[in-house]
This record gives sequence, C-alpha cells and structure tokens, in this order.
Amino acid sequence: MDTRLWKILLEAFPRLLGYGITVTIPLTIISFALALVIAVAVALVQYADIKVLRQICRFYIWVIRGTPLLVQLYLVFYGFPKLGIKLEAFPTAILVFGFNEGAYMAETVRGSLESVSRGQVEAGYCVGMNYMQIMWHIVLPQAFRTAFPALGNSLISMVKGTSLAATITVMEMFRQAQVINGRVYESLGLYTEVALIYLLFCTVLSWLQRWGEKKLGTYGGKKA
Amino acid sequence: MILEVKGLRKSFEGKEILKGIELSVEKGDVVAILGPSGSGKTTTLRCLNFLETADEGELVFDGAHYDMHRAGKKEIAEIRKKTAFVFQNYNLFQNKTVLQNVMLGLTAARGIRKAEAREIAVKALTHVGMADKLSSYPAQLSGGQQQRVAIARALATSPDIIYFDEPTSALDPELIGEVLSVMRQLAKEGMTMLVVTHEMEFARNVSSKVIFMEDGSIVEQGPAKEFFENPKEERTREFINFILGQGEA
Ligand SMILES: Nc1ncnc2c1ncn2[C@@H]1O[C@H](COP(=O)(O)OP(=O)(O)OP(=O)(O)O)[C@@H](O)[C@H]1O
Ligand SMILES: [Mg+2]
Repeated sequence: MDTRLWKILLEAFPRLLGYGITVTIPLTIISFALALVIAVAVALVQYADIKVLRQICRFYIWVIRGTPLLVQLYLVFYGFPKLGIKLEAFPTAILVFGFNEGAYMAETVRGSLESVSRGQVEAGYCVGMNYMQIMWHIVLPQAFRTAFPALGNSLISMVKGTSLAATITVMEMFRQAQVINGRVYESLGLYTEVALIYLLFCTVLSWLQRWGEKKLGTYGGKKA
Repeated sequence: MILEVKGLRKSFEGKEILKGIELSVEKGDVVAILGPSGSGKTTTLRCLNFLETADEGELVFDGAHYDMHRAGKKEIAEIRKKTAFVFQNYNLFQNKTVLQNVMLGLTAARGIRKAEAREIAVKALTHVGMADKLSSYPAQLSGGQQQRVAIARALATSPDIIYFDEPTSALDPELIGEVLSVMRQLAKEGMTMLVVTHEMEFARNVSSKVIFMEDGSIVEQGPAKEFFENPKEERTREFINFILGQGEA
C-alpha cells in the first residue's frame, strides 16, 4: 500500500476517534438514557394496565415500529419546521433515537415484567406487601435481570444507529469520515477505518455486557 | 370462631363456580377440604384471601365483618396481615435467598427491624428444618425444601390461620413426607389451618374437620372421624371409596 494512503489514515484516526468519543458516544448515551426512561414508563403502564394511557402506549409502539428510523429523522428534522417545531440537528437526533429505540425496548421490558410469575406477585400480597413493595422487591429486580442482555443489544445497535444522524447534518464520527473523504477520495480506506472504530466501540460494550451479566448472577439458577 | 364464611358465590365467564359456600373454622382447627378436580376448592381459598374477588359473600374474621365483594384495599390488607397462604407450587421469590424470602413479609410489609426480623425468620426456618439453607436461592432447592421454606414464610408472620392449597401435589412422591410431617407438627402445636388436599391419610388422621366439596357446593362437612367412618351423603361415600380404591391400586 502506498505511503500517501497510510498518511491519510493515520492523520484521520485521531480526528475520527475524537468525534467518536465526543459526539457518537454522548449521542448514544443520552439517547439510550431517554429510550430507557420511555421504555420503562411505557412498559409499566401496560403491565399495570392503566386504561387510557395503555392505548396511547400501544399506538406509540405501533407507529414507531411500523416506520423506518431514517424516515422518522427526516420527518422531524426537515418536516416538523413546517409545523413551527424547529429543533437543532443534535437534539433532533437524540429525540428520534430515544423515542425510536424506546418503543423496541418497551416491548423488551414489558416481556421481562410479564415473565415474573404471577404466583410470586400473589405470594407478595399474601405476606402483606402492597403493589409498590412487590414491584420494588420482587418484580423489577427479576425483570431487570431478564431484560439486561436484550437492553445491552439495544445499546450496541444504537451505537451503530447514530451514524444515521449524519443524514440530518449532525457532525458525528461517520459524517466526519465523509467530510475527510470529500477532500482525499479514499473511500475504501476511510470507511474501513471508521468501521473498525465502530467495531472497537461495540466490542468493548459487549465485553461490558457479559461482565454485567456475570455480575448480576442468576439467583442460583442455571445460566441464562 | 376465627373464620366464618356465609353465602360465598363466584362466577368465571358467566359460569357459576362457587354456589353459596358456608363454612366456619374454630381456633386451633385443622380443616381439610376434599373434592374432585374443578369443584372450586382453590377458588374458595383464593376468595378468602381476596386473590379473587367474590361476587357475593360475607366473611367474619376474628370478630370483624367483611363484604367479600366490596371489601376495600385497607380491609383486604388488614385480613392478609392476619393470614398466610401456602401455594401448590410454592411461589417463592426467585430473586431472594431463603432467609430473605421469610424476612420480606416482616421488614417490607410490617416494618419490623432487620435484626428482629432475621431472628424471627431463622426461628421459623429452624421449625421447618431449613435453617442450614439460609443463603440458598429457591432454584437451588428441591420441591420439598421449597415448600418448607414457603411454610416458614407463612409461619414467620404469626398468622391467625394458614391456608394451604394442595401443598404436596407438585412434589415427587418421595418428598411429600417431609412437608406433611411439618404440617402435622404445626397441627400438633395448635396452628389453625385450612387445607385443600388429596392426601387422605392427612385428612383422616391430622385434620379435626373435613369439608367435602363438589361442583361449587359443600356436600358434607363434619368431624374427620365421623366423615370417614360414617358419611351421611351418598356422594361422599362414593368419593371416599373412589379415593381409597385409587390409593390401593
Ligand atoms: N381465573 C379463572 N378463570 C376462569 N375459570 C376459572 C378460573 N379459575 C378457576 N376457574 C374454573 O373454576 C373451576 C374451579 O376451579 P378450582 O381451581 O377452584 O378447582 P379445584 O377444586 O381447586 O380443582 P383442582 O383439584 O383441580 O385444583 C374450574 O372449572 C376452573 O376451570
Ligand atoms: Mg385447586
């Protein structure tokens, strides 16, 4: 390989990694936090079967899961200003990623809540606990353990998904690669390089995920 | 009289499952409820502890009257704190150790201090022979051990009565004995118990009173000895013969 390409890739590396650490990762973390809050709230509303709110939650999940993420990004960033709702690119990306992944994660969390046997809830009532105490001591800890691997996967897929923010002008890691490529025309080298950085991030996260799973244990049961 | 039920009715999906149950339990009684599958035994127990809401019925518990259909949250909580329930499939809290399973009803539900709750829990677990498994999780125990922990969990809250719903039905035959012997011990100590069971030996020799249910109604009830030796109703005779025949086969 020629030395020009190596020089370009070597110079690009700290820039790309820098955007990865200062934009891609914060974008992922904030969006994921938002998604988690939405997911837990939406799942609890359905688990507790709160009448009207439940319908609203089902509608939200139906709409989000039935439309492409890219279309959602475009709609909010390019379309909503027509309605007088004008947001910067970065907050738009956070909101869209958060609400999008939130819908998927809500189903994960709901499934995990429902996987805690009804009998344990009844036993909780029978020893005199109230609904909140049962949720806090029995249902939520078990549901969290069950949901953990799937939530970890959501986080990992979100890291990669943030590259779509490039399409609405957010200057994150992938868009930075595009910008550099616009000057030097080295698509193969640069996009391979940025792919490897995503791979690095995701690999670290899956290590953390496995470590977390071990840390959480299985309450003496078989390995999940 | 610790417990009296009058006119308990319950329907599921338009089908009447309990057709006016009347029963009473004295302090220190061990009452066995017998009856074929689907006769409404489980539903009766569940209504007593408001795990199901009855359509109609009056409950007199420790002198206080409750409308079984309309009882509010507060009344239900009040009754549940004086009773305990042992389920067919144990229903231990899977994320808690044996000790925590027994303590939770004391600390979380009754606000008892940790140290004191621990003492009570260890005592209850000792009573059922599970004191050597304090830090095990339910998934690490045999069915018989889990059910004994569930009985300790019930005992720890010092209930006025313990409801048992077929406590040995989910167990392998060789594990039934250890649970029955704990229950026999409790009976001897004067614990008031209402036990749905298919264990004829237990009904005959341990319980003081037997109730025979069929198709949502009580067919016959009376002292255990009389019930087995001199049943009044034809249906009761048939049932006893059927069960005893099964046991010998
Ligand atoms: N939640 C429910 N919804 C609909 N039907 C129910 C429900 N719970 C119980 N039933 C019905 O009520 C009837 C009585 O059930 P129950 O469980 O009380 O019987 P059981 O005497 O305990 O029987 P078994 O000996 O098999 O445990 C059955 O026909 C059952 O199908
Ligand atoms: Mg039953």
